[in-house]
Amino acid sequence: MTEPLLSVRDLRVSFQMDEGLVRAVDGTSFDIMPGQVLGVVGESGCGKSVTMRAILQLVEKPGRITDGTICFRRRNGADTVDLARLPPRGAEMRDIRGAEIALIPQEPMAAFSPVHTVGDQIAEAILLHGHRWKEGGRKLRRAEARDITVGLFRDVGISMPEQRIDAYSWQLSGGLRQRAMIAMALSCKPRLLIADEPTTAIDVTTQAQVLALLRDLQARYDTAIIFITHDLGVIAQMASYVVVMYLGRVMEEGPVDEIFHAPKHPYTKALLRSIPSLYGETRVALPVIAGALPHPFNRPPGCPFHPRCPDAMARCSAAVPSLQPVAANQLASCFLHHDVAEPA
Amino acid sequence: MTAVAAGQEAEDRVAVASNWRLVWWRFRRHHLAMASAGLLILLYLVVLFPSFFSTQDPERTDARQAFIPVQSIHLLADGALSPWVPAIVGKRNPTTLRMEWTTDPKKRVPIRFFGAGPEWKLFGLVRTKLHLVVPADPTQRIFLLGSDRLGRDQWSRIMHGTQTSMTVGLVAVALSVILGVVLGGISGYVGGKTDQVIQRIIELLQSVPTIPIWLALSAALPRDWTPIQVFFAITVILSLVGWTTLGREVRGRFLALREEDFVLAARLAGCSRMRIILRHMVPTFVSHIIATSSLAIPVMIINETSLSFLGLGIRPPAISWGVLLQEAQNIQTLALAPWLLIPGLVVIVSVLAFNLVGDGLRDAADPYSH
Amino acid sequence: MTDSLLEVRGLQKFFPITRGFFQSVVGHVRAVDGVDFTLKEGETLGLVGESGCGKTTASRCILRAIDPTGGQILYRMRSGKVVDLATLPQGELLPLRAEIQMIFQDPFGSLNPRMTLLDNVGEPLLVNGMKNRRERADRVAELLRLVGLRPEFMHRFPHAFSGGQRQRIGIARALATNPRLVVADEPVSALDVSIQAQVLNLLLELQQRLKLTFLFVAHDLSVVRHISDRIAVMYVGQLVELAPTAEIFRQPQHPYTAALMRAVPIADPRVRKDDGILGGEVPSPAAPPSGCYFHPRCRHATARCRAEAPELREVAPGHFSRCHFAGEMTF
Repeated sequence: MTEPLLSVRDLRVSFQMDEGLVRAVDGTSFDIMPGQVLGVVGESGCGKSVTMRAILQLVEKPGRITDGTICFRRRNGADTVDLARLPPRGAEMRDIRGAEIALIPQEPMAAFSPVHTVGDQIAEAILLHGHRWKEGGRKLRRAEARDITVGLFRDVGISMPEQRIDAYSWQLSGGLRQRAMIAMALSCKPRLLIADEPTTAIDVTTQAQVLALLRDLQARYDTAIIFITHDLGVIAQMASYVVVMYLGRVMEEGPVDEIFHAPKHPYTKALLRSIPSLYGETRVALPVIAGALPHPFNRPPGCPFHPRCPDAMARCSAAVPSLQPVAANQLASCFLHHDVAEPA
Repeated sequence: MTAVAAGQEAEDRVAVASNWRLVWWRFRRHHLAMASAGLLILLYLVVLFPSFFSTQDPERTDARQAFIPVQSIHLLADGALSPWVPAIVGKRNPTTLRMEWTTDPKKRVPIRFFGAGPEWKLFGLVRTKLHLVVPADPTQRIFLLGSDRLGRDQWSRIMHGTQTSMTVGLVAVALSVILGVVLGGISGYVGGKTDQVIQRIIELLQSVPTIPIWLALSAALPRDWTPIQVFFAITVILSLVGWTTLGREVRGRFLALREEDFVLAARLAGCSRMRIILRHMVPTFVSHIIATSSLAIPVMIINETSLSFLGLGIRPPAISWGVLLQEAQNIQTLALAPWLLIPGLVVIVSVLAFNLVGDGLRDAADPYSH
Repeated sequence: MTDSLLEVRGLQKFFPITRGFFQSVVGHVRAVDGVDFTLKEGETLGLVGESGCGKTTASRCILRAIDPTGGQILYRMRSGKVVDLATLPQGELLPLRAEIQMIFQDPFGSLNPRMTLLDNVGEPLLVNGMKNRRERADRVAELLRLVGLRPEFMHRFPHAFSGGQRQRIGIARALATNPRLVVADEPVSALDVSIQAQVLNLLLELQQRLKLTFLFVAHDLSVVRHISDRIAVMYVGQLVELAPTAEIFRQPQHPYTAALMRAVPIADPRVRKDDGILGGEVPSPAAPPSGCYFHPRCRHATARCRAEAPELREVAPGHFSRCHFAGEMTF
């Protein structure tokens, strides 16, 4: 049994707004093993992005991690470190961020500075964490960093890398920019890559290219990836293990095949039924999830999904079901499958 | 259950809240801006009724009462409510042979609130003698903020200066807004050649250094104009130079709004051009214009003050903050009568208040930003 | 023009590229250059393609939100009169505005935030002559009920509603004047997965109830497949394939359509595939390649494709393709 690379336990993040307290993440727990691709799927407001920002200690004011642990196994130590307790601007967090956990953001245009070439920005990151590339901690020279960048560009499938590294981000097309972003994320040989909706802003044929690239890189470097998306198709194609989130809580998690072929939670089931497929009958009414996503200030009491759940029982509005094993490798937070409630 | 019901009620209240109400709700939360808004209301009351707030005629001179120091108001006398100011005692300096004044708290000059003083006309029509503060004995004079070299009461002069300076700011900004909205709107909505011409004019105006252009324009004003004429000429000059920023902003808003889906929706609904501009585009940036203008007023006030301070703007006998500050131009007077710097303090406080209100409004102006 | 509601012939829209201080025109972006299709009353045509392919520009030309550069857009009005929307002067558009309406992608930007639902939804009624406020309120209440919202909501402002509800409001506004043709531009792509199905169902239901004709513009093939009777695929400003939905999915007759279908991630982990991913990038419509615009990315490209631009031709009944080899090979 291998130890998890990252283990999130009962994480809570809340935002103190003028209108009230928004509990964006409300008791989320999951593990990621080394080299695993974990898919986190959920709709807007489910807390998937906030969870990832919490892992990187990038939660912006007025947000705050109020509870829970984020245990990360560092490269050189057998011990784990609780990221939730580290000072966000401290040396250790800075060392982890980028070098051991890297982020691929949704909008690569915003992630690159428009006044420096993409190559310079990546080389800068390499120089900053230079000891990852040279034995004995010798300082890297700028020319070496440039060579590494060209190599990275070739790795992520950018043609003519020698010319392209001198381009500015706005000169690159959406697909190339996302590839450059991936090269940047890989520049410090991270052990965990967080991809936050990396293909939402790009077209479907380019998305297919980027997904193939990520799968290929994952196989080559054995990097663990947390893949966040709202697109169930992308999750099915990418992930080996899936976490389904709704309003800041994990509804269900398990191996990808079980989630898609034997879902346990009513939310997962309804979500899967409601998407039009490439094979189903056309021009007929789709099964829908009734109602709308509640406003973040008006969280329903009890199970967050119960007002929209077709199988809701009296108990669902009274207590919050906890995340419990419901099948061999599967966990769900639903009273249909167990009766363990969260402590009130 | 009641908490849920209360939450529902609050949500319903927000649901039917118009834009202005949302702006107000957001503005209300800026405590500093709210306090500044209160101060500005007070200042504009002074603008409306400067004589009511004065203790005496701002033009009354008396060489024997030059450089009288600040007489501060005390509310309690011997534990009872009976407002007074300390009396002035004069002593001739044996070396300079000048009168030097000090306050003597032992001798009290009783004062009255809302008492009768020199007669003035409300809006130039109704005769009244009501003043905020007057000495109980009408033959006496009190100097709440001291007096200048001609023995004029600085408090009363500041009240009248406030009227001039604040009005210049308001009128100049109003003119700028009209020019900016009309020209910026035409530029942004019509586009093409018209836009090019207006933009080049704005660039030209902005590239001319402002101080020399004011100097040139005010120097061109005929010497024999009355203070009122000079006053209006100065406001026109200030706004001719000042509309460009607002013009750019309005143009930018028009360009951005032209691309908005709801404007296209209005077009597809069959709305006429005029209706799209007036019903759909203008209301969306009125709050921004108000915010921008409230930030432009202090700039105008400072500009007027600087011009007048340099002797090129409003000239005595008219009174403005800049004119008052002229009194504080040489170091000797300052050493002798530091209270003559108080008008500067008034400028700073009012400019600060405008800026705080403007910032608060700007933050509140777009309630849909998140 | 036979019995169709809309017939688009050789539609073109070029945007000038200007340079320098005097804004001299140095070239043109051929955003739409060769779009031909017909739309029968009561059917749904799905217009798909990737960003920049000209599908939105083409739909805006049909709405006359922008003026086309060339081609014809023949529309049969309710009165039976056929007009060419491409050349109709601005002044004569008002009666058509009532017949052709649009549903927007962004549920947040498409409603005027400073107007209540009554004013937002009632605006088309007002400018089309319904001056009585009472009458307008009744019609708005009816429309809100039609799209599944409570009529009491009409005095609320858009900021009180979620994305899905706002999309319903936008649909109500589009239906206010009893339109016959509705152009829906990515109507569900900004919505959450659990809300998409609700809106798709609503559109299908409204179409049946009100006998609407839809031009459904979208990039998501599974959504387009679900809602459309026929599908038109665009690439770099041109229509490259047009066929009934079942037909185009059974046997695509253009290599780009086939690649697009392969690129859709299937929501089933048991169907994973890495083969047939389309390489390269979409060319710029300002400088399209020679011959067939798709040849640099096409694995079947020959010398003929590089030199000779293919025409859109009917390869099977009702199945059109812009490929030299359509009907001769499987893509």
